[in-house]
Amino acid sequence: MTKQLVAFEKIGIAFDGRVLLESIDMSISEGEIVTLIGPNGSGKSTLIRTLLGLQEATSGQVVRHKTLRIGYMPQKLHIDPTLPLTVKHFLALVRGVDKHQILPTLEKLGIAHLVNSQVHVLSGGETQRVLLARALLNKPNLLVLDEPVQGVDVNGQVELYNLIEGIRNELGCGVLMVSHDLHLVMAKTDTVVCINQHVCCSGSPQHVTGHPAYQALFGVPGADESIAIYAHQHDHVHDEHGSILSGNDDDHTHCQHH
Amino acid sequence: MLDLLLRALLGGLGVAAVAGPLGAFVVWRRMAYFGDTLAHSALLGVALGFLFDINLNLAIVVLCVGLALVLVTLQKKHIIATDTLLGILAHSALSLGLVAVSFLDNIRIDLMAYLFGDLLAISQTDVYWIYGGGLTVIALLVTFWKPLLAMTVNEELAKVEGYPVEAIRLLLMLLVALVIAVAMKIVGVLLITSLMIIPAATARKLSKTPVQMASYASVIGCLSVCGGLWASYQWDTPTGPSVVVCAAMLFLIAYTVPFKRKR
Repeated sequence: MTKQLVAFEKIGIAFDGRVLLESIDMSISEGEIVTLIGPNGSGKSTLIRTLLGLQEATSGQVVRHKTLRIGYMPQKLHIDPTLPLTVKHFLALVRGVDKHQILPTLEKLGIAHLVNSQVHVLSGGETQRVLLARALLNKPNLLVLDEPVQGVDVNGQVELYNLIEGIRNELGCGVLMVSHDLHLVMAKTDTVVCINQHVCCSGSPQHVTGHPAYQALFGVPGADESIAIYAHQHDHVHDEHGSILSGNDDDHTHCQHH
Repeated sequence: MLDLLLRALLGGLGVAAVAGPLGAFVVWRRMAYFGDTLAHSALLGVALGFLFDINLNLAIVVLCVGLALVLVTLQKKHIIATDTLLGILAHSALSLGLVAVSFLDNIRIDLMAYLFGDLLAISQTDVYWIYGGGLTVIALLVTFWKPLLAMTVNEELAKVEGYPVEAIRLLLMLLVALVIAVAMKIVGVLLITSLMIIPAATARKLSKTPVQMASYASVIGCLSVCGGLWASYQWDTPTGPSVVVCAAMLFLIAYTVPFKRKR
């Protein structure tokens, strides 16, 4: 029986008479990847902020397991340019951090070379990884990722999602992810919760994409030809020229290359 | 004479050493105008101190802390923009202070000394205040360095990781108030913020880590005090402004001379 880390019970939030969230029920268990999707202004971030304790719920409650420890990766990192700060020093700010863990964590995320870089000069993808490192250093059993692939190109997104899945498999932690772009996140998610003030629908990715409420919000999959869902099994690595590096000696019949 | 200069130097160095690291926080958190507001209200503290016959330094600290609390409360209500609010508070407090001072008939207050500071007028007791207050500030800064910095870098992350962000923010305001109280004698209410900001801004150019910036700011502040005092002795210029001019010159040098800075 997997442990339930967080349960939202009938969470409602109103602000100045405007209803942001209404009667939200959902839960996240250990080892589960939950993706929260919804259009802009649907209350995704508000719900996350409630979980993090940054926002009070008007009604309902958040039930947290007593062992809950959150690693939070914010959408963006703005650090005032007047503050000189290297990646190492940024990560050392984690409360109760074991400083010997900083370098191994960076290595795991493939950014060990950035340890002495100033945080202001990092690219979008590098910043995301540093933020992920900071979340991991908090030794979480629940990772909360707010739009983790924002501003990262498609290849980078695939890599980042693989990384997140790898972390889930290694630590057995729960993952709650916010996304407004469904197409790439789907494959790895156990549960998708689609919200727009209230929970429109939830379930497995396949279930949700077929749901009328989802289609009303995001359109029918395949209806928009410019965005195709490319669901193939990636069991190999490409080199810089695009040819396949042999990781194992299986043939790759199920994957066609153009 | 030598005794006087030595005391002035000791006092000035003490203030500059503390103002540096705290100034770094003021710069990082964009609190310059906030510091100004507290400083301007310090004069009201002086007037109230005379009025109720309590220790002036204590009166200033209490008033600054009180004002800081009022500010935080008003800020949370989002009635008007923060800079407007600060402007209103700063100048009303300063004017109120000036008006209050004029009511104190039987006590002659050297207004100029409070507005622009008089390093050469500091007494033995003032030196004790500076070092007592200064050491308290440094001790608190060192003890709470990590939470203070974590909050400065990103308040939400700090809060999620379990830092008591509200309490730390209050602590920082308290520290700024303390420094203003002890620094007032040296550079006066109108120039205090500059002693915090200019050395810190100069140090930014030379540093790669927060600790470096904070400690360089101390050193640069101390250099400014030495230079200012020397100039004041040499050409009989007012000490407070001389110190600030000296700090500004160091700032100019740091930003015009091409230093090699590694990324």
